[in-house]
Amino acid sequence: MKQVCSVLSTYTADVSGVCSALYEMGGMTIMHDASGCNSTYNTHDEPRWYHTPSMVYISALSEMEAVLGDEHKLIEDVCRAAEELHPRFIALAGTPIPMMMGTDFQGIARAIERKTGIPAFGFATNGMHSYISGVSMALEKVAERFCDPSIRPELWKPGEKISVNLLGVTPLDFSVTGNLEVLETLCEEQGFRVQSCWAMGSSWEELMECGKAQVNWVLSSAGLSLAKLLQARYGTPYVLGIPMGKDLTEKLFEELRQAAASGETPAFLCREEEETEGEGKPSYIIGEPIWAASLRYALKHTQGMKNLHILTPLEGDASLLQKGDLANAEEDDCFACFPKAEYIFGDPLYQWAIPKDSGAKLIRLPHEGCSGRMFRGEIPVLIGHYFENWFYKEMQK
Amino acid sequence: MIDLRSAEILDWSGACVSIREAQFPSPFQSGVEYAAPARGPWNIVHVGMLVPESHQIFVCAQGCLRGVVLTAAEMGATDRFSTIAVRENNVMEGDMEELILNGVEDVLRKLPKKPRAVLLFTSCIHHFIGCDLDYVYRKLRERFPDVDFTDCYMNPIMRKSKTPPDSKMRQQLYSLLHPTDKTAKAVNFLGNTTETSETSEMVQMIRQAGYEIRDICACHTYDEFQKMAESILNITYNPAAKLGGETLEKRLGKKHLYLPFSYNGQEIERALTQLAGAIDAPLPDFDLLKEKAEKALRETAQALQDMEIAIDYTATLRPLGLARLLLSHGFRVSSVYADSFISEEKEDFLWLQENYGDLKLYATVHPKMPRFPRDRAEKSHGNLLAIGQKAAYFTGTRHFVNLLEGSGLYGYDGICRLMQMMLQSAREEKDTEKIIQVKGWGCCG
Repeated sequence: MKQVCSVLSTYTADVSGVCSALYEMGGMTIMHDASGCNSTYNTHDEPRWYHTPSMVYISALSEMEAVLGDEHKLIEDVCRAAEELHPRFIALAGTPIPMMMGTDFQGIARAIERKTGIPAFGFATNGMHSYISGVSMALEKVAERFCDPSIRPELWKPGEKISVNLLGVTPLDFSVTGNLEVLETLCEEQGFRVQSCWAMGSSWEELMECGKAQVNWVLSSAGLSLAKLLQARYGTPYVLGIPMGKDLTEKLFEELRQAAASGETPAFLCREEEETEGEGKPSYIIGEPIWAASLRYALKHTQGMKNLHILTPLEGDASLLQKGDLANAEEDDCFACFPKAEYIFGDPLYQWAIPKDSGAKLIRLPHEGCSGRMFRGEIPVLIGHYFENWFYKEMQK
Repeated sequence: MIDLRSAEILDWSGACVSIREAQFPSPFQSGVEYAAPARGPWNIVHVGMLVPESHQIFVCAQGCLRGVVLTAAEMGATDRFSTIAVRENNVMEGDMEELILNGVEDVLRKLPKKPRAVLLFTSCIHHFIGCDLDYVYRKLRERFPDVDFTDCYMNPIMRKSKTPPDSKMRQQLYSLLHPTDKTAKAVNFLGNTTETSETSEMVQMIRQAGYEIRDICACHTYDEFQKMAESILNITYNPAAKLGGETLEKRLGKKHLYLPFSYNGQEIERALTQLAGAIDAPLPDFDLLKEKAEKALRETAQALQDMEIAIDYTATLRPLGLARLLLSHGFRVSSVYADSFISEEKEDFLWLQENYGDLKLYATVHPKMPRFPRDRAEKSHGNLLAIGQKAAYFTGTRHFVNLLEGSGLYGYDGICRLMQMMLQSAREEKDTEKIIQVKGWGCCG
């Protein structure tokens, strides 16, 4: 039955996605919730919580406030905290009960902004969608509200590095285990300069000057709407995909160079039109669409694997999927596919859906947006040539 | 990475106050709330898992499911846990009852073995849309007569009500006990997450009077759990468990005694005297027990004379009572981390106001707290002992007593054992970061 997980886990929700995206920007994010969203977020969705403080709170909504639709207390509490803490901006994110109450987040944000003079915005999240939608709307809103539309991309001159923005990077997809650092190094080695990373590791000033970049690199589905906004605002082209393995790394950097030179967004989507089905047992890749499509490309081109299909339980760009792939995959889809599979590339929590006698082998690729902190120490670096090293080790097991 | 710690230094008013100037029971103004990364206290999943051979099914939005499903996964109980995701269409179309009924049926069909009991958790959404839960449970019991169902709730919206989720959970655990005519010479401890210390006067008295002790924390099978219904007396000492005891007294007709957890000699003796009356047991030698506790306090105070002490509300049910006990025996208690206090703490609050007015009270959820410098232990050259995980986090110490809800250390014996733990924690460093981030400390044995 759809919506039922007898053994599988659930992914990070939209409200945590908003918090994750805004975490390092110096703003104050309030989840409009009674309780629970805060501990879920900072225990399972936020690896930076212990050491890097950020102003992420809940509103501590009570039954009476919900019944009476009392928004006054929320506004007063937020304004008082903002006056003491001086955040760069104020963001409100909704949860199921505010959805039931019909909370007008934009109206509340306007009232808070008028009172404090601090830019404020609201997100009508409701905890019923995945983090991808939350991260997307948060990144898009910050760019829309704060990035100077008069900035123009810097003209590239021969001999200079190409400037690139990395879009859709949060710990939910990239964790804190070294993938981002390796990617940044790889960019430098390939003749690129990272203008900004949305949203890990960059200063506010770097983010605000993202319009100067010559090309945008969408590294997860959560970065796509921002890429489209930046394209509309600055004319910056974008490229999708994660550089895993030699072939895809070369391909993506070439696409980035061409996009920067031409200003055109390439059609390449880490997919090919030819049939992916083949002889033998199918294998499945479970995860975020851009990550899964990149992994498939790398497995196919670098390792010669065939008959690889994506099962994505998350929202994302369906254009990355091919025949035999499945969007919005649920537990029953896993139960149907896994018994006949050869390999399943996915989070270790998917082990629970693999019948013991099926012969299917789980290649453990922990995903922070799925299992949170549980297997963080196992999250491999897959960027560039690290992919081949990882694959070799996996096949030795 | 942006370092928000470099932001301007705040003044800490509003998040910290001397007890002399504090209001009881809430010293701090409520508002938006922070959550410190100290995860030891048990949540409703941990507590529910105490029912042996049971299965939990949560019916909530994805965002609410995330925390509980990973709680179960982290404690290695994925096979005892399932979910039904509520989506917008279920709210709009009003098919919530069908969703729950079909979902539970689907889960039970997929499980390799039927559980003895199902703890079905609904959420705030069901509360507000007026979901007909009576109908849902009636139908479920009809469809699965061999499974016991109980209604559990993940409704944090009730957190500030007279029946907060923690109390409700500890009540519903025992709603699964079947009424029985059988009686056993046994006493139940209700609503705890740790067994009461075997060396405590209370346990000793019960055993010496020839009674068996039954506690859900020690049950390994559902049948063993059901035997709790036969016991002649139910004891609670955690305020969050009191409602469960009262409810069971009404439903099963078994006497309930609420014997409040305390560090005060008079209160301890009053509780033990009440117990003695209920089970017809002789009273222990209070003078002897008291002297033993006094000796332990004196010796520990002497050994820890250079150490500053910070206490938090997750460590003990009576943080102010503990502060009073320690201060009145020469310990250097400098601070208590708590956002509010239960009514039972009022006397200790007033005593501390009068006698140790400089004692600092720190909030734990105040919005300034994430930017609070966690360097108190460093400033005291490592001579800071925390009692509780939150105090350990906020002070930055590696010396802390990993105590939760008093950890079953009841009575004079509990005081003696706490002194031992304080001495040991003062001597040894702990990996604070690793320990306090474990959810539901001790729930996996």
